[in-house]
Amino acid sequence: MSAAVTAHESEAAETHEQRALGFWLYLMGDAVIFALLFATYVTMVNNTDGGPGGKQLFDLRNASLETALLLVSSTTFGFASLCSRTGNRGAVLFWLLVTFVLGAGFVFLELREFAGMIKIGAGPDRSGFLSAFFTLVGTHGLHVSVGLTWILIMCGQVMMKGLSVPVTSRLFRLGLFWHFLDIAWVGIFSIVYLPGLL
Amino acid sequence: MENHTEHGLRTYLIGFVLAVVLTAIPFYVVITHALPPQRTLLLIAGAAILQVLVHLRFFLHLNFTTTPKENLLAIVFTTVLIFIMVGGSFWIMFDLHQRMAI
Repeated sequence: MSAAVTAHESEAAETHEQRALGFWLYLMGDAVIFALLFATYVTMVNNTDGGPGGKQLFDLRNASLETALLLVSSTTFGFASLCSRTGNRGAVLFWLLVTFVLGAGFVFLELREFAGMIKIGAGPDRSGFLSAFFTLVGTHGLHVSVGLTWILIMCGQVMMKGLSVPVTSRLFRLGLFWHFLDIAWVGIFSIVYLPGLL
Repeated sequence: MENHTEHGLRTYLIGFVLAVVLTAIPFYVVITHALPPQRTLLLIAGAAILQVLVHLRFFLHLNFTTTPKENLLAIVFTTVLIFIMVGGSFWIMFDLHQRMAI
């Protein structure tokens, strides 16, 4: 019985990657959205309407801290994926929670940056540049927030249902989503923050 | 199984170290103003492209042997689409900008 189950499970595990085609198509759709938001930002970056530009608004320390949090969280999610393969439930939960805390720290820093900008009158309604900035960075932040909710849901499922085949399969997709968000962030610091501070 | 996990762990750690290096270089150059702006931009772009490839390879585990053909096809198709849409937008908008300025 147990041998049959493990054989069945390993077979199912092998098809995970093939079945993720639908999710890859979704991610590619998301990639198109981000690419066009980047294009919008680049065409709008000089339209400051006499208001503050990137040089006055961006803080490199904040951006590098956000980058570090997201990159480390991507790696800790990788550890969670590895532990799910060996069936170590406690370790999966631990690394998922570490990922959640790092991701939440990222969202906190981003919201604090947004609040600080709006407070000094540099909100999305100030200029074309700022509209494009808030739309691009905000869309990414919204994705990260959705990812955080998804991590909590998966923590619940790992606790209640254990590392069953469907749960592992969902974890795999969540991993694709989370790593994809880190790629989008590489674009943001390379196109928004670093050139803005040159 | 143990070996498999160890191999997986090494993959994530290699990806992490490469990503840290490819992030630290552009940040360092921007902080210290070590290069003229034009060259700094080129360096940022180069490091970003390399880092995206590192993420795809070591975190999303994309490769040419185990990744299903249809997934790769979707990625290649999207890349072409992005080039056409972003490139086309830049072409139109910067051309317009130049014509309006003169």
